[in-house]
Amino acid sequence: MSLVVDNVWKEYGDQVVLERLNFEIPSGEFCAVVGPSGCGKTTFLRMLLAMERPTRGRIVLDGKPLPEEPGPDRGIVFQRYSVFPHLTVLENVLLGLEFERAPFLGRFFGAERRRAIGEARACIASVGLEHAIDKYPAELSGGMQQRLAIAQTLVRRPKILLLDEPFGALDPGTRAQMHELLLKLWQEEGMTVFMITHDLSEGFELATRVLSFDKVRRDPQAPNAYGATVVYDLPLDDKAHRKPIVERWKRTLVERQAGMVH
Amino acid sequence: MRRAINIRPDRGAGILLGLLPFAILILLYLVASSTRLADNPDDKLLPAFSTIADTIGRMAFQPDSRSGQYLLWADSWASMKRLLTGLGVSTLAGLVFGVAIGVVPYVRAMLAPLVAVVSLIPPMAILPILFIVFGLEELSKVMLIVIGITPFLIRDLSMRVMEMPDELLIKAQTLGASTWQIILRVVVPQMLPRLFDSLRLSLGPAWLFLIAAEAIASTEGLGYRIFLVRRYLAMDVILPYVAWITLLAFLMDYTLRKVNRVFFAWLTRRAG
Repeated sequence: MSLVVDNVWKEYGDQVVLERLNFEIPSGEFCAVVGPSGCGKTTFLRMLLAMERPTRGRIVLDGKPLPEEPGPDRGIVFQRYSVFPHLTVLENVLLGLEFERAPFLGRFFGAERRRAIGEARACIASVGLEHAIDKYPAELSGGMQQRLAIAQTLVRRPKILLLDEPFGALDPGTRAQMHELLLKLWQEEGMTVFMITHDLSEGFELATRVLSFDKVRRDPQAPNAYGATVVYDLPLDDKAHRKPIVERWKRTLVERQAGMVH
Repeated sequence: MRRAINIRPDRGAGILLGLLPFAILILLYLVASSTRLADNPDDKLLPAFSTIADTIGRMAFQPDSRSGQYLLWADSWASMKRLLTGLGVSTLAGLVFGVAIGVVPYVRAMLAPLVAVVSLIPPMAILPILFIVFGLEELSKVMLIVIGITPFLIRDLSMRVMEMPDELLIKAQTLGASTWQIILRVVVPQMLPRLFDSLRLSLGPAWLFLIAAEAIASTEGLGYRIFLVRRYLAMDVILPYVAWITLLAFLMDYTLRKVNRVFFAWLTRRAG
């Protein structure tokens, strides 16, 4: 799913958090958003989720304005509170399928449940949690909880995966494993990924494009007068797996232009 | 010398220490009772344990000469029926309105101020109104309990709902859940143990309202009996009745705690 951010501003009263955001992300891109604390990275993510609305400008997803509510097209993994504490690993993953297919009871029974369990098991296996299928989140380590959060999100096959500092609380070894897992899943699913991180090297290691947020204008008398914006937009073209993304993007742009001519 | 905050009793010593105050109280009663009875064998204020035991036997295991009922059980049955009906209605109302107010902003805007105001009305002050409106029968007593504890349950639960991390509700929406599905699969399952906890805290007030209502207008019930025999200074009835009420309240509290432990295993499971 491609994403166009067109002159987006976010203000709270007279405090400007984000200003003049302008960029276009092609479908399938792995985009890392980096920047210092308090620079509005999370605010931007909340706007993509429709938890917040831009004060000015617009966000366009695949040619349509961003929906006004969170929905299954945009999956999210938070740093904390990403999984449901009252459900086991299996139930956490089943839940997305139940929301999709059981509108009144939100719960599967009998044969339907058995079929869905097969689906959920495959998803759990893809993040390597099959040995913990009946455990509650509180019984899992931090890394395992984030694996579960990713599996739970992926079961609905979102077109955009949003990650808010997903590995910020993990130790370096676990973090490296999670990087590997995330890259694998991204390549298998072909979704667009937006990952917020304060760790520059993590951003460059994983992403095909790095957006760096920071303030460019500062007024010492009025620290809130100017917001952060994109200071660097770095496509990492030397990464082999960016090529097909760019190729596809070019074709889309050509088609779009042809459409405008006719 | 170690600090007092670091000195802990082991398990056996803990139990003994817990029993000690009870033992002291019983001992004090025995001494005071036998002293008074030595002065005046007809003293009614602090009856001997043997007298109390006789009375319990009479109330529980011999039919009453006038009504033919076993009074203790008849009173307990009447009171428990009122109490459990009141608690059941209150819990259901607490769950429905607490969740609705906590989850749906429009419901909150409309009902939260009303619940806040109603919760400040002293229930005993409107007991006469309840008797006038609902009559002197069962309904008014149940209503007193309901009116007494429901506002607390609603307010407590709606606050707990609003304390839920935003992330969980957002996450559910990104999994495609509707408001109804979020209530059914995310909010209610996480709130039920909270509801039972605040129900435990409401048991005290619920008993208070029950006994008050029974004392004023009733023909049977634990509270009615206590206030009836008060005229004859029948401490040998009052004391075991109070102990029996305390035991019933304790068992209800214990059951609710067990329910939370058994049915909501996710609350207590930890890594390790």
